Amino acid sequence: METGSPEETGVAGDEPVWRGLPPGLLRMRRLLLVTWTGVLALAAGLLPGLLVGPAWAAFALLPLALAAWGWRLLGRNWRSWRYAERADDLLISRGVLWREETVVPYGRMQLVEVTSGPVERYFGLASVQLHTAAAATDATIPGLDPAEAERLRDRLTELGEARSAGL
Amino acid sequence: MTIPDLDDVPARPPVAERRLHPVTPFRRAWAPVTVLAGWAVHDPNGAHEQLQRLTSTMLLVGLAVLVPAAGLYGFLSWWFTHFAVTDTELRIRTGLLFRRTAHIRLERIQAVDVTRPLLARVAGVAKLRIDVVGTDKKDELAFLGEREARALRAELLARAAGFAPETAQEVGEAPAHELLHVPPRELALSLVLTGATWGSLTAALVVPPVLWLATQSVWTVLATGLPLLGAAGASSAGRFVAEYDWTVGESPDGLRIDHGLLDRAHETVPPGRVQTVRIVEPLLWRRRGWVRVELDVAGSDNSVLVPVAPRAVAESVIARVLPGVTVPAALSRPPRRARWCVPVWWRGHGLAVTDTVFAARHGLLRRRLALVPHAKVQSVRLTQGPWERLWRLADVHVDTGADKTVTARLRDAEEAERLLRAQAERSRTGRREARPDRWMA
Repeated sequence: METGSPEETGVAGDEPVWRGLPPGLLRMRRLLLVTWTGVLALAAGLLPGLLVGPAWAAFALLPLALAAWGWRLLGRNWRSWRYAERADDLLISRGVLWREETVVPYGRMQLVEVTSGPVERYFGLASVQLHTAAAATDATIPGLDPAEAERLRDRLTELGEARSAGL
Repeated sequence: MTIPDLDDVPARPPVAERRLHPVTPFRRAWAPVTVLAGWAVHDPNGAHEQLQRLTSTMLLVGLAVLVPAAGLYGFLSWWFTHFAVTDTELRIRTGLLFRRTAHIRLERIQAVDVTRPLLARVAGVAKLRIDVVGTDKKDELAFLGEREARALRAELLARAAGFAPETAQEVGEAPAHELLHVPPRELALSLVLTGATWGSLTAALVVPPVLWLATQSVWTVLATGLPLLGAAGASSAGRFVAEYDWTVGESPDGLRIDHGLLDRAHETVPPGRVQTVRIVEPLLWRRRGWVRVELDVAGSDNSVLVPVAPRAVAESVIARVLPGVTVPAALSRPPRRARWCVPVWWRGHGLAVTDTVFAARHGLLRRRLALVPHAKVQSVRLTQGPWERLWRLADVHVDTGADKTVTARLRDAEEAERLLRAQAERSRTGRREARPDRWMA
């Protein structure tokens, strides 16, 4: 059983087991992107096309190019998100251009939050957020499977209680 | 309407509730008057029109209503405010229509402040405030008798320290000895040598005449000149008055800070509550070897530990505030290629990690060295932007409980990666040697 005893720390600390995000988040973000840029492309193509001339409908290519670029961007961003539960702390790494890596020791956690908006719920996603006494701590894992989110929440709360350290 | 005597407060339930000092209604009675005054200032034309419509009899009738109403409000708000000290918490019950009860857990005390504004000193009363993370301005006890405030502070600290409830009242005030006293001459000279003082003074002297020449409008000049003058006064005379007679003492209850010429303020910070200490070294002070020391305590307003002192003295005070900490003398600079990210100023950045603290410096002219004990680190972050990645550099942020972040900028990327892991490990293990929340237990 993984309880994070000091002997374990050395092994688990050296080799964090990284986990990526489930593909649901990427699907949701891409779908949203396609929907919105699709509406935009329709508007950009139809309005000048009908009012000025058919050649002006080429404006629709602009949002489409944007969608193609965003499609790649979302993919890269989604791949960059990963987290690892070590024996004594949680690691979150993310970002492609602006990379950020956060380490939060379990003992410093004040509360763990699981949130899921209406769109996220439709896609079967939930995000887990950790709060410490420092407001600057930015430890959110978005787009998790609800079961995984709950497992993570329970495990974090359990570990946080065991190592509670306050301010 | 009697004030319960201090001596007949038993610690056993039912908990005896006390009221604030009977001077308090006079302070609260000002509230309706200030609301009126605020309205008059906010809308001067409207206020003037309304005043002209009033006859003298109406004015008298208005006063006859207003004064008793204000008095009644003051009296009622005093009458319905109670506080009690139990074994584990300070309870403040207040509110006439909307009841509000604040339960302040004693082991969570971050600091205890006793302030005596000038008028309160004349009346012989004091405000007592307990800093806990999340307390409001409302949660202060204003006003208490001066002796009562001292006794209550001693009792709260004794209970928070973990003395048995029966003995907490008899423990009395812990003996204190003085660590540092700032002489008025040194303080005045340090303010003269501060750039901000001169900056605000020059602004106050230059801007109004220029505006007068440009616009010829008295109102514009007044509207900009008065705030500027106020700022200049606050940054020179105001700071002198506030930081006059600055005394730092040490007692088993923790750090004691006393200061003020007109308004006296006192703060007690129990052991192990200091989250960050910063040593600030303005350019003009460097020749004299003076520094200013700031500290962060979660939930506390005061951020100054020593307004001015020679470096060696300041470091000895820091050694008492953060036990076992020595201020690192040599800091490692970022690699030379950092000059492509932050030209010139890259030289001001520095980092040192000792067994006890994470120390990061920044600033070239006005140097600031921030020290965070490993045990106080809440989370560690590494960030890297695209330009920094090109030069293989990264920043390491250390977040503390006082909502302050200390950043070591422009480190070599691999070093930063190692630092991130090592700092997380240190902050976790640093906690083991930390003293308990109840420091006497």
